[in-house]
Amino acid sequence: MYKGGRIIASLVVFVAILAFPFFYNLGKANAGPVINVPTGSQCVEPVAYMRANHMQLLNQWRDEYVRQGKTVYVNSQGKSFNINIDTCLQCHYSNSSTTSATAVSHPAVSTTGASNPAVNTTEASNSVVNPSDQFCVTCHNYASVEPTCWSCHNLPEGANQ
Amino acid sequence: MSINRRQFLKRAGAVTALGLGGSFATIGIGDRLASAASEYEEAPNADKIKHWAMVVDMSKFKTEEDINRVIQSCDKIHNIPQMDNSKDEIKWIWYDDYEHTFADSENEYLDETMKKMPFIVMCNHCENPACVRACPTGATFKREDGIVTMDFHRCIGCRFCMGACPFGARSFNFRDPRPFIKDFNPNFPTRTQGVVEKCLGCYERLENGEQPACAEASNGGLIFGDLSDQNSEVYKIVSTKFTIRRKTQFGTQPNVYYLVGGGDRA
Ligand code: SF4
Ligand code: SF4
Repeated sequence: MYKGGRIIASLVVFVAILAFPFFYNLGKANAGPVINVPTGSQCVEPVAYMRANHMQLLNQWRDEYVRQGKTVYVNSQGKSFNINIDTCLQCHYSNSSTTSATAVSHPAVSTTGASNPAVNTTEASNSVVNPSDQFCVTCHNYASVEPTCWSCHNLPEGANQ
Repeated sequence: MSINRRQFLKRAGAVTALGLGGSFATIGIGDRLASAASEYEEAPNADKIKHWAMVVDMSKFKTEEDINRVIQSCDKIHNIPQMDNSKDEIKWIWYDDYEHTFADSENEYLDETMKKMPFIVMCNHCENPACVRACPTGATFKREDGIVTMDFHRCIGCRFCMGACPFGARSFNFRDPRPFIKDFNPNFPTRTQGVVEKCLGCYERLENGEQPACAEASNGGLIFGDLSDQNSEVYKIVSTKFTIRRKTQFGTQPNVYYLVGGGDRA
């Protein structure tokens, strides 16, 4: 191979640079998102389905609601839910600053996420809950996805106003 | 080991195909579960109308207070921001004088009281809406109940609809509206910078069997109903009394009817 030595040497350097982030992070803790929902609760569809398809379901909810005027979703088990982002928030959001009683019992406000590098909860305390601690936010932060729901939709009690 | 160019390309091709094939397989198996069997239903108390219409009875709007009460009832529940200049202004329902409301039928000998009378104006939820024609994304559309509504998620802020609407019924959010909402209602979404908005016909109240907020606050000045229902009050008024509509020459067939001098005739 013409100038084979140099080519191979450059290739090694190139691959090393490419793989740098992988080796750099090797062995470091990479905790998952803080997924805290009230125990014993059941989402509108089974968890596996929601995990894979919640975004499609939300789009479908939106289209049925806004375009067809359908306000009720009947799930695969025959249970009815209001088509409203508030239906999601009932389990996936808790504002402990206004409802201290539920704050203690609601796992979503626990500070266990503080050690999680994916969430900026270092200052989280049980008195004030930042919307960024919430279930949807911590998951999306972890997956590097930025949903824009809250630029129009309201968190309970106008927490994002 | 020495390979020639041809062999190299062949092997590279094979490896690429393997990689691509593999990723297709994971998408196919891992992520897509069969769609859950489910249904969608209408709200149980929904006011099932087919032809959204409003009659403005001018005899009921005597004082400024009559008008402001109606406008504020809408502004409050729909989180309409109060902007400090007219360029950024967001309007769902407002008032204007005769000349601007009925621009085509203005004449210089018009009766002075009529000339000065404030007319309540809003989106006409036209039968043949120019805004829907203009919207390139389908963000603006007409529902089966006659409401011309918007899917704000789809609005790209091109403002074609604003140019198309002959009634100035649409406003653009040049700025983030949230800091300008005086009396926030947590039960209704706000809008965001870069989308157009307008009166949405109080769809969220009709689905609970309620009247539009403006009609409820108007003490009978705004009469809401289903024009396709011959027993409705709007049908009776429109079919028996003299009413006028705004700018009919544009062919949009507005659904807001003005009962002018209704008090004398009734
Ligand atoms: S009044 Fe304007 S915005 Fe409303 S439906 Fe008619 S054309 Fe569209
Ligand atoms: S501004 Fe939004 S609603 Fe209006 S035409 Fe463009 S996309 Fe449609």
